[in-house]
Amino acid sequence: MRPRRPRSSAGGGATGWLFVSPAVLVLAVFMLFPVLMALWVSVSDWSGVGSPLSSSVSFVGAQNYQDLVSGGLAERDFGIALRNNLWYVLLVVPLQTIIALLLAVLVNQKVIGQGAFRTAFYFPSVTSSVAITILWLFLFSASGAVNKIMALVGVTGPNWFSDPRGIVAAFLAMLGVDGSQRLTGTFLGVSAWEWVSGPSFAMTAFIIMAVFTTSGTFMLIFLSALQSLSPSVDEAAMIDGAGTWKRFWYVTVPQLKPTFFTVITLGLIGCWQVFDQIYTGTQGDPGKTTLTPAYLSYDAAFLKQDWGRGSAIAFVLFGIIILFTLFQRWVLRDKDASRARRSDLRRRHAQHRATGAPTTEETVR
Amino acid sequence: MKITRRTFGAATLSTAVAAALAACGDGFDSGSASASSGTAGLTLLIGSSGDAETMAVKDAAATFTAESGVTVDVQLATDLNQELAQGFAAGSPADVFYLAPDFLASYAGNGSLYAYGDQLSNKDDFYPSLVNNLTYEGVLYGAPKDFSTLALFINTDLWSAAGLTEADYPTSWEGLETVSSTLTSGRVVGLTCSGEYARVGAFMAQAGGGLTNDTGTEVTASSPGSVTGLAEVKKLLISGSLKFAADLGTGWGGEAFGTGLAAMTIEGNWLTGALSSDYPDISYTVVELPAGPAGKGTMQFTNAYGIAEASSHKEDAVRLVEFLTSTKQQLAASKAFGVMPSIQSASEQWKSENPTMVAFQAGAGYAINVPTADGASDVVADLSSQLATLATSDPQSVLDTVQANLEAVIK
Repeated sequence: MRPRRPRSSAGGGATGWLFVSPAVLVLAVFMLFPVLMALWVSVSDWSGVGSPLSSSVSFVGAQNYQDLVSGGLAERDFGIALRNNLWYVLLVVPLQTIIALLLAVLVNQKVIGQGAFRTAFYFPSVTSSVAITILWLFLFSASGAVNKIMALVGVTGPNWFSDPRGIVAAFLAMLGVDGSQRLTGTFLGVSAWEWVSGPSFAMTAFIIMAVFTTSGTFMLIFLSALQSLSPSVDEAAMIDGAGTWKRFWYVTVPQLKPTFFTVITLGLIGCWQVFDQIYTGTQGDPGKTTLTPAYLSYDAAFLKQDWGRGSAIAFVLFGIIILFTLFQRWVLRDKDASRARRSDLRRRHAQHRATGAPTTEETVR
Repeated sequence: MKITRRTFGAATLSTAVAAALAACGDGFDSGSASASSGTAGLTLLIGSSGDAETMAVKDAAATFTAESGVTVDVQLATDLNQELAQGFAAGSPADVFYLAPDFLASYAGNGSLYAYGDQLSNKDDFYPSLVNNLTYEGVLYGAPKDFSTLALFINTDLWSAAGLTEADYPTSWEGLETVSSTLTSGRVVGLTCSGEYARVGAFMAQAGGGLTNDTGTEVTASSPGSVTGLAEVKKLLISGSLKFAADLGTGWGGEAFGTGLAAMTIEGNWLTGALSSDYPDISYTVVELPAGPAGKGTMQFTNAYGIAEASSHKEDAVRLVEFLTSTKQQLAASKAFGVMPSIQSASEQWKSENPTMVAFQAGAGYAINVPTADGASDVVADLSSQLATLATSDPQSVLDTVQANLEAVIK
């Protein structure tokens, strides 16, 4: 039989609540309450004047959400924003995770000037994204440093921030392939060809920027995880004759799984919410190819006074982030552990049937 | 003991939450009353173009205070639209503020704006087309504070270097095509402008088109005139003598013109200020835009003074707007930061004071407005986003989409 929990913990609960109440209060006032209010706005016809809770504001059900998929410009803008951000996520998240891991492994070695390298790699993360965006606009301008360097190796660089062509489409065009006439089926007002034509050159510059700025942050997370790994496991593998690469791939990386989960989750959330770069850099230009749902939400609410649609977009974005996080949680689930649990359960059942007595584990617990 | 403590904790928590929420609710409801009842003065929220404008507005406000005894607090907005939206939502907007026509429909539509147009004693003095642009559902919501039209800026050094004379200033599309290609050589492109409707729309106007008719009630985006105008832009783009500012690696036509990357640009009178402050070495002249098949055409842009419905000093606010839009004050503002007065009575004096800028004034007679209906700015933005690829797309199909989108907005 399970032992009873000590009585004192129940009494401690109330005191505990009392002690956390300032934090709970702050969270409620500054997070929970605004979120609930935004949720209400997304199902109301609030026009931006006075309190959304006043009696003149009425409930309109899913109308604002329906507007996003009921054709016209609102649907197309939403589709374009999702298309842009999807490519951004698909490229930034894997790249920043891999680069962060590699950087962490590198600065985890004992090399001269280790501290300097760590600082240098981490520096972009602590710099204001607005400052880096401005820097990027200069670097990637038509006559900027990036194109100058590309010219040195004989490549004519694109006019990054004013080229609306998707990079996949531009690459296919070089091979003489143009799918704009064939892939005409549309989803959310955006044709299949537009979905596959990739991020525009402008968005690609932002993708490079995101990888540049966030890799340092995630390097730090990987680094702390690497340093908390027990060296004995690595040494045991070394004694078994595993080479550097095998030890990294089969011993180190599996142990970092929880860190991967953290990094990818944070990466997904950050990428789906990309806003500052767009707001300071391009405002959706060229040709709406840097429009993102977060910026579209701001645009709809603050600039077009369409607060319901703006909040609806924000909540759809919230749903998308949850879905992606659940999906990667499922991909990264601990297969060994669940398999072990299942076989353990089978064994215990078998034992139970054989002896009719409680299993050893149960007695221990 | 245990129960008491728990009850106490829960009670404290719920009281505090209730108090916090009540405080929030309070802030929302009483905002309108407390915002303007405290002091007797007015607040004027402006999105300034620079120090010159800020100083001029502050001087004008001080003069108004001296004359009327009503204090005016001039506030500079860093992001005017966002600060306005927040003010309206909180119920405590500025009393008077700069209002762009793009936002007229949404703010007038949700009841944020005070319809004071009929109370203005100088209402009939404003250019009628500007009044049209600021009228929503038949009611005038704002007094135009100034305006500008588009004209053709010509770099006179590049002009004479290409062997052209004053007699060659283009007056027709053919003339424009010829001089543009003559001026295009090496790094310099003949003509540039921003790739947006607010510039290329002038070509549509010259062909008798535009997105809507004069009163903004009927959509004419896919009319033959509009298509002809856009086709002319495409023709110039393909010939290489017109390049959009972004394709030259610049932010707008003025930058491309000022840095000498383009010999001509289509811009408004704000460029004259930018040229004298940022590119003082450029020598230039301004002429009217060339005429198309339907005659002369250009676009005009205005900005207005809006008054908040939530303001409790509406009478004083109207007096302030009347004062700021008076002939004397508009001419002073024009001198300070180069804007063009929105009233006809100031026209003659302005022309004599600014002989090099008469082309802008002349445009007032035949300019078209950017549509201002609720939701129209999305359609215009969508059209502008498609102009980047105009060289490879079909003007007719681009404008067909715009026609459909705009018809959904203007019923």
